[in-house]
Amino acid sequence: MTAPVQEAALALRLDGITKRFGALTANGDVSLDLRSGEILALLGENGAGKTTLMNILFGHYVADEGQVLVNSGNGSLTELEPGSPHAALEAGIGMVHQHFTLAENLSALDNILLGTQSLATLSTARAPARAKLEDLMARSGLTVSLDARISQLSVGEKQRVEILKALYRDARVLVLDEPTAVLTPQESETLFATLKTLADDGLGIIFISHKLAEVIASSHRVAVLRGGCKVADLPTASCDQRKLAELMVGHEIVETIRTEKEAGRSLFVLKRIFAGQGRDALQDVDLDLKSGEILGIAGVSGNGQTTFAKVISGLEPIVSGEMLLEDQPLTHVDARKMIDIGLARIPEDRHHDGIVGAMSVSENLAIESIRKPENQSFGLLRFAAIRERARSLIKAYDIRCQSEDSPARLLSGGNIQKIVLARTLETMPKVVLAAQPSRGLDVGATSDVHKRLLAARDRGAGVILISEDLDELMRLSDRIAVIHRGKLSEANPTEMLDRSTLGLRMAGHDGEEAA
Amino acid sequence: MIRFEPRGPVPVSRVLSVLVAAAVAALLLAAIPMAFAGLSVFGAYGLMVKGAFGSMFAFTEMLTRATPLILTGLAAAVAFRAKLWNIGAEGQLYAGAMAAVAVGTGAFGGPSLFLIPLVILAGALAGGLVMLGPTLLKTRLGVDEVVTTLLLNFIILLFVQMMLEGPMKDPMGMGWPQSEPILDEAALPKLMARMRIHWGLIIALVASLGVYFMLKRTVWGFEIRAVGENAAAARHSGIPVTATFVRVGLISGALAGLAGVGEVAGLKGYLTADLSPGFGYSGIVVAMLAGLSPVGVIIAALFIASIFVGADSMSRATGVSNYLADLMVAMSLLCVLVAGLFLRFKIRLVGAPAAKETAK
Ligand SMILES: Nc1ncnc2c1ncn2[C@@H]1O[C@H](COP(=O)(O)OP(=O)(O)OP(=O)(O)O)[C@@H](O)[C@H]1O
Ligand SMILES: [Mg+2]
Repeated sequence: MTAPVQEAALALRLDGITKRFGALTANGDVSLDLRSGEILALLGENGAGKTTLMNILFGHYVADEGQVLVNSGNGSLTELEPGSPHAALEAGIGMVHQHFTLAENLSALDNILLGTQSLATLSTARAPARAKLEDLMARSGLTVSLDARISQLSVGEKQRVEILKALYRDARVLVLDEPTAVLTPQESETLFATLKTLADDGLGIIFISHKLAEVIASSHRVAVLRGGCKVADLPTASCDQRKLAELMVGHEIVETIRTEKEAGRSLFVLKRIFAGQGRDALQDVDLDLKSGEILGIAGVSGNGQTTFAKVISGLEPIVSGEMLLEDQPLTHVDARKMIDIGLARIPEDRHHDGIVGAMSVSENLAIESIRKPENQSFGLLRFAAIRERARSLIKAYDIRCQSEDSPARLLSGGNIQKIVLARTLETMPKVVLAAQPSRGLDVGATSDVHKRLLAARDRGAGVILISEDLDELMRLSDRIAVIHRGKLSEANPTEMLDRSTLGLRMAGHDGEEAA
Repeated sequence: MIRFEPRGPVPVSRVLSVLVAAAVAALLLAAIPMAFAGLSVFGAYGLMVKGAFGSMFAFTEMLTRATPLILTGLAAAVAFRAKLWNIGAEGQLYAGAMAAVAVGTGAFGGPSLFLIPLVILAGALAGGLVMLGPTLLKTRLGVDEVVTTLLLNFIILLFVQMMLEGPMKDPMGMGWPQSEPILDEAALPKLMARMRIHWGLIIALVASLGVYFMLKRTVWGFEIRAVGENAAAARHSGIPVTATFVRVGLISGALAGLAGVGEVAGLKGYLTADLSPGFGYSGIVVAMLAGLSPVGVIIAALFIASIFVGADSMSRATGVSNYLADLMVAMSLLCVLVAGLFLRFKIRLVGAPAAKETAK
């Protein structure tokens, strides 16, 4: 996209921001301008300091040095009071966090009004608010049902509520931290169309993303952070994906290519599985995973992937059907048993299911094997061994943290994912279930995950890859099946498929002919 | 206006100084009603300090009072670590006391050499078993353990009263609802001649260190912490969540049961329905004051025991009700909770020059 707003007024200026956490410099002397009507993409490796920078802008953290200047509407820049989200909101800065901050059991309307007026006011007093929101929704295309409870909304809808919340407070600058990480490709497209409309209306927008294609397609300008410092600030028109990737990691990224390989014998088999209930239930699912192959599962999220992953993780009992590993039926499974027989699982929601944030990095690396003799003897933890192993995994998987003793919750999103990858893939599993494994990972880390999944396949493991990213699926998978409304299609060799066929099947068309 | 800004990790020295400040603030706040009651504040506090530390007798009395508080505090702390909300230490304490009496009066025979270990074991077991019910109801049926453990307190206390009026009633008790005294061979030895302080204190201290060690160094402790901090991730990682809850429930109940053992076998010698002036509930306060740290529990229990014993003695000397002690304990808890806020957040006054400090 070309920049339409060369001479528009400055909306925001970050001036020499430095933020240290102990010995670690999360942001080093970062300066950044944003004009009204401009869409700026903020890029950087996992742990480069993007979220930290935006948290300073929004007043969650106070910078050690530097200041934030905002255009308060009258054209001149004034300093924003540090450390006060309230002041940031007043100054017209809206933020949509990497993790949503909505009250689950309030309605969308209540959430939007929260903090601006008392929730106890009569519904008549809300009429103006409602009218303003209806108008905003009509102009921006962000439609949500205002009276629905947050807990009933999908991820995409929740995000729209977050954006509306910012717009309702007359935001002139909107910050979105990895908004597309949790969206389906279709939802992402809608989001960017909306952002474009809003920018044309004069809103200044900063978004963080690891998906270079959408950065190229939807931003005017790109700023790149590396190790906390700004290393590039360019018009998007002058960039391509390869160049951006290089700027981020400092060297060229080589995507691993899948080599043709004869799949082995049947390894992990599902027969006529029924499980779960409601929208996400599995209906008569068959699967035959061979050793030495990557089997991709495509589908729009919410079509049974969650139940599928839970069943294989040993967390959801099957209602009927059969599960076999190497021809041995698996009965009465639980998570422990699945891990013990060599099933590695990478959960989709790593914050919820993957790590215990309050525990240290080394403890999180050991959690799945805590009862193994290498980690304990006679019920006593072998600290030295646990930390030793943690240090080697931190190195091997390039987990960026201050030390193996830091609480896992202090790590950046991508580095948390690396903890999960490290502890699961390290055990040389027979079967790997990877649900959205590269969600939130930077290009370097993504290619590293791909390399590791391919390596697992090449040594004879079977890999089930659940992903919404068709590029990722087509590049890695030997065969791809599509899940729709809880039914899994037959898996076809990737060579026989193209994006449009997959897209149709994901939307529920053409299922019959394919079977 | 006041604004809160989250802080990073806080050094231990900061934690300790804030806690001391909280204790001082609590005592200052409690001075207000004391002044209203017509006491000289310094005089009253002086009497309290004397009552808790003024003589060897006072000091050992304070330690005797701290003994059950350490154990019930531990019971709450270890359960709360796993987010198992055991509010039933009071009932578990009575269950432990009842079992100790049943075994200690020689009802089941057996060589007297093993009587003390048997009494201890029986008390711990009884407390643990009482907690088993609520734990299983929680893990199997999702019944809220706050409700079940709380209500069990009343059920057990009524059961104790029934037993004391019936099968356990001392025939020599001149009609008082109390049990037969335990045998001398079953009583926990005193720590000092002519003082009431007994071996229960040693048991409590050992238990604290044991719980500390378990949480920090063992697989069980690891699993308890993981389940408490994020049960979903623990389950996903193959940690037996149900078994962990059951284990924590048993440990927690057993610790509360030990408190009951100490009170009958170390102090009173027989069981009455007013054995505990709410040690089970005070244990929750102790655990909260200690920030759920097993070693902190010792300090918190000593603090609360000093207030109780000191206030008792002060009220005897001045005639002012010893409810003041409850008030001070409540104030301390509030102050410590507020202090926790100071530890987690930087608090800045807005509009003050402080807001400008980071500007160049
Ligand atoms: N409160 C904190 N205390 C200590 N270290 C922190 C804290 N918050 C962030 N960090 C560290 O600062 C660095 C930057 O983190 P940040 O979350 O800004 O990364 P990011 O660029 O958003 O990464 P990602 O793409 O993975 O989300 C990381 O190394 C992180 O571990
Ligand atoms: Mg981030």
